[in-house]
Amino acid sequence: MPLSTRLRRILPSPRLTRRRLVAGGLGFAVIVGIVAWAAWPSTPDYRVSDQTITVRSGPDGNSPIALDTSYFEPKSASADHQAPAVLLAHGFGGTKEDVVQDAEDLADRGYAVLTWTAEGFGDSAGQIHLDSPDWEVKDAQGLVDWLAGRPEVLLDRPGDPRVAAVGGSYGGGLALMLAGYDKRVDAIVPQITWHDLNDAFLPQSATGTDAPGVFKKAWAGLFFGSGAAPTSAGGASAGAVAGGGLPGTGGAPGQRGAAPDPSCGRFAKDLCQAYLSIATTGHADDAQRALLERSSPASIDNRITAPTLLIQGQADSLFPLSEADANARAIAANGTPVRVAWFTGGHDGGLGPQSDQDRVKYLTLQWLDHYLLHKGSAPSDSFTYSRLAGIDANTDGLVALGYSVDQYPGLAGQSTTAITVAGPPQPAANPPDGTPGALSTLPGAGALAGLASAAGGGSVSATRDIPGQHADFYSAPLESTVDVVGAPSVRVRAASPTGEAVLFVKLYDVDPKSGATLPDGLVAPINLTGLPANFADATPVTVRLPGIVHQFQSGHLLRITVATSDQGYLTPAAPTVYTVAADGDVTLPTVHSAPIASPNIIWRFVLGGLVVLLALGLAVAILLGRRRGTRRSGAQPALDSRNKRKDHAVRTDLADIPLVVEGLRKEYGDGFVAVSTVDFTVHRGQVVGLLGPNGAGKTTSLRVLMGLTRPTSGEIHVFGHRLVPGAPVLSRLGALVEGPGFLPHLSGLANLKLFWRATGRPEADARLDEALDIAGLGDAIHRKVKTYSHGMKQRLAIAQAMLGLPEVLVLDEPTDGLDPPQIAEMRRVLRRYATDGRAVLVSSHLLAEVEQTCTHVVVVHKGEVVASGPVDDIIGDSPSVQFDVSDPQAASEVLTRTGVRSVVGEGGGTLVVDLNGTSRADAVAALVRAGVGVDRVVPRRRLEDAFLSLVGGDTKASGER
Amino acid sequence: MAAVSTVDGGAARYRPTGTLTFRTELRRQATRRRTQLSLGFMVILPLVILVAFEFGGNNNRRGGGDRGQFAALADIAQSGGLNFALFTLLVSASFLLVVIVALFCGDTIASEASWGSLRYLLAVPVPRARLLGSKLLVSLLYSLVALILLTGVALAAGTARYGWHPLRTTVAGDIAAGPALLRLLGILGYLAITLLVVAGLAFLLSVSTDAPLGAVGGAVLLQILSSILDQITALGSLRVLLPTHYAQAWLGLLSNPVQTDDMVKGAIAALLYATLFFALAWRHFLRKDVVS
Repeated sequence: MPLSTRLRRILPSPRLTRRRLVAGGLGFAVIVGIVAWAAWPSTPDYRVSDQTITVRSGPDGNSPIALDTSYFEPKSASADHQAPAVLLAHGFGGTKEDVVQDAEDLADRGYAVLTWTAEGFGDSAGQIHLDSPDWEVKDAQGLVDWLAGRPEVLLDRPGDPRVAAVGGSYGGGLALMLAGYDKRVDAIVPQITWHDLNDAFLPQSATGTDAPGVFKKAWAGLFFGSGAAPTSAGGASAGAVAGGGLPGTGGAPGQRGAAPDPSCGRFAKDLCQAYLSIATTGHADDAQRALLERSSPASIDNRITAPTLLIQGQADSLFPLSEADANARAIAANGTPVRVAWFTGGHDGGLGPQSDQDRVKYLTLQWLDHYLLHKGSAPSDSFTYSRLAGIDANTDGLVALGYSVDQYPGLAGQSTTAITVAGPPQPAANPPDGTPGALSTLPGAGALAGLASAAGGGSVSATRDIPGQHADFYSAPLESTVDVVGAPSVRVRAASPTGEAVLFVKLYDVDPKSGATLPDGLVAPINLTGLPANFADATPVTVRLPGIVHQFQSGHLLRITVATSDQGYLTPAAPTVYTVAADGDVTLPTVHSAPIASPNIIWRFVLGGLVVLLALGLAVAILLGRRRGTRRSGAQPALDSRNKRKDHAVRTDLADIPLVVEGLRKEYGDGFVAVSTVDFTVHRGQVVGLLGPNGAGKTTSLRVLMGLTRPTSGEIHVFGHRLVPGAPVLSRLGALVEGPGFLPHLSGLANLKLFWRATGRPEADARLDEALDIAGLGDAIHRKVKTYSHGMKQRLAIAQAMLGLPEVLVLDEPTDGLDPPQIAEMRRVLRRYATDGRAVLVSSHLLAEVEQTCTHVVVVHKGEVVASGPVDDIIGDSPSVQFDVSDPQAASEVLTRTGVRSVVGEGGGTLVVDLNGTSRADAVAALVRAGVGVDRVVPRRRLEDAFLSLVGGDTKASGER
Repeated sequence: MAAVSTVDGGAARYRPTGTLTFRTELRRQATRRRTQLSLGFMVILPLVILVAFEFGGNNNRRGGGDRGQFAALADIAQSGGLNFALFTLLVSASFLLVVIVALFCGDTIASEASWGSLRYLLAVPVPRARLLGSKLLVSLLYSLVALILLTGVALAAGTARYGWHPLRTTVAGDIAAGPALLRLLGILGYLAITLLVVAGLAFLLSVSTDAPLGAVGGAVLLQILSSILDQITALGSLRVLLPTHYAQAWLGLLSNPVQTDDMVKGAIAALLYATLFFALAWRHFLRKDVVS
């Protein structure tokens, strides 16, 4: 057999009906649609052009600086449809590539975005002047001029484009400086940036003293290092923060000419020398301080009139929250709209969790939309912050909860709580050269600091205090939870043999179970001068601790630690021992805030709505089902022409006839016609036999009778009620079709009882004893059905069909598996059953049984009724008898003379005689008188004859039409 | 004597709403071996796990969060009754409970069809929708009972052995015992809702085939397929459409504070899928020619 034939036989070959084609096509289309939608490449709505713009910069404005820029132009912008512009600045040590993602987001919203690499970095020319007004600010002004010259950029006045400056860290400082020096800027969004570089790099947390601050050597060194590497390749800095993060490897050799000084790199000379001096001595002289202040918004913040959105990171040891606070107060003093927002990231904390990133983005876009596009109402000046609340077990990430306060309260909060810390004055040693130094935070290693402050318990804090170098002062366990939002303060007393002390004051959150955490890893460095050598003479100094957002839970303790060293700061080289005390009240600022609802809250409403909808739908479906049930039974006339199967009223003319089948037809989906036309009637008191060869359609008709199959056309009425699947009139019909069906793990009796319980009718109606009698199983009724033989199951099935003594009994091959005595018994049972107005329909092959049991017969062949009527009618008028005689010749003469209808010789002495009313006794007597020996007289199987003649004898292919 | 008929043609004292009542179906299923074995297994499993922990001792205190949630929860399973119950639930949630629910819901119609008793029930006549409703309700009840048995026995055994302590979580600290019990019930409720999808699928297969094994196995296989597809990150946001995408969202109840966003989305997806499957099952069964 060739392979193709074999394959064709093995593979399924479904028929392609229209329904299947439509369903398959629909499913295919849905799948293709989903895949296409997911995989469709999206084209951006903007164009990018990279170019080098040369601006005139420098103190005299004559030095040309070539800046490497990228311009994102939205496709919707044109000379007729102008768009506002955004200057997007990057952080220290990076290039314009760092802000590409933000630029694309803004360009998608219809802004023209100009990003550039600041001078001294990347491919831009020039040197690093730390946002000096003479250099970087003038560069930015030159870019604003360039934007004013673009036809698609919206202009407020000739030469004055509608432009905003957005940037983080170094870029944020530029935004503030630019707003102070150039009135054309219409709005700024500086993020995680400074107010005064002196305060940032030489912080002094003690109030009321003029002593210089403590040099933040770690951060300064990092910055200087990133700018001082002259020949490293590439520009992209690590970390995606638009601003800080770990500064990258600095710039490529952009400036030709003299080989740069290896100690300064691309830093401007004056800055380089200032840094080297400060880093060596730890102090800045007046000239250096003036230089740093020149690059700070502190010098010009009374001139900023552009609405400002200040976003500051809580986990930021470089530019802590106090920097943004100073900016906010100074700018707001002008009457300029200022809005402040804090988030849990920063130079140490990165971008923060997704909720924080979304909030920052939302605030920025809302700000720009209003002040550039004049879209929407003015953003409120409410203050938002977030607190790390725990860990998300799903994503293993941090969870931040957002809060909102009506007005920016500043670092002092709206109210304060005072917690007392106590402890004796303790000595603390200053190590030589600051080594070993305590570790409070690693600059830029955000995750550690974030986890240290967020995790409730069991996580390792990144801070390490060196024994002997710090003094601890504890509070009592907190009685209630305190939410600190702002900068706490504490009073410290110190004594030093040298008269000076550099100390680091830290506020720890101590969990009795799992240890101490330093919120956000922030410390307050203080530089005290004029200290007595004797502790008794020490006067208290108020120390303002760093601004934090932290929840001190009840049961925790507060601990003020005064340490003498920190790896991030420059401490005196000479070893000394101080005596310190920090007892008294710790003032904790608190605010009255409202939680910000997460946007996901909408899904709860969706869920609620869905549940309500489903419940309603279910209720409606149940009610409809019940109504349809009562209607179908014919309780009320329903002339509903929309319903395909019209439910007629009760056919009163058939009300007394147990079963009327009219025009029954069943055709299957693939075209096979099982029953083509079947009509018959079963009256009360009749036992009707349904005869036919295999495949005639008997079982199919019976399945329709049971309500298992829907006929293609035709109707069945039981006592005048139309029979459809589920019609209540089926309860007056008992059936055994295609064999027994029992629960094999239960006994026969249990099966019957459970079946009757399923009918819902009272147990007395079951007539269980009579049914059990008919089954005749005796004690076996208590055995599990799976132990029964086939005959026992059959008898039990007949008993189940007779439960409740239904008025119509339908049996399919009831004697299948029964032995002859049981068959005889069944015959008697059925005859007895069809009294009292009941009717029986029996389908069988056993013609002899049918002949003896049934009163009427219906013969079906190939789906059609070929004969129906009383048994005698089907058999015929004249019964025939077979005679076995010794002398056929003589016998046939004799019989013919006695008046029989026909004599047919079959050879071997056998005569088939059609007695025409003549009794057999007379015929035999006549034969004997004639001297013919009579061997046998056998009445012929009459029904078989009739049957075979009706079906034509071709039972071979009776299953096919 | 012929029974007196009623207006709707039914036999005397026959009411469609009285057929195959909830109690009858309950008894029909309660006597089956598989019901008794399944529920018994739910009782035995926590005890077996308890015994297994006794053998393990305290020698697997390896740290490291990169082994994932499972290892982390296994380490602290002996901290108290609540932790033990949580651990038992965690190990059973992804496969065992799926199989149990598929067994109850997928076997119910298909087994009647394979025994041949379905046609006699339909000939009573039990209205088809009522048959489905009754069987489904009982199957869901048994599934719920299995779920509750598992958790209850684990909680009882764990408390008896390890004591009633606050719930320790690996990352979010301790949760006090009272609220932790409520969270455990919340986890149970969420698992029940997500298992509705399996129930729906198994039920749909049950009315479509005559082989109980086909229905149960098919439902489990499709659930596994969905989990496998969920691991393929290349599918991106399409994975939200998979029914098992939010299967682990109940971990959000262990977070501090409680993260319910994913649970809400998971519940929505589960309800939608379950409704779809049940509606398809009803539609199919009400129209089909019963050939079993």
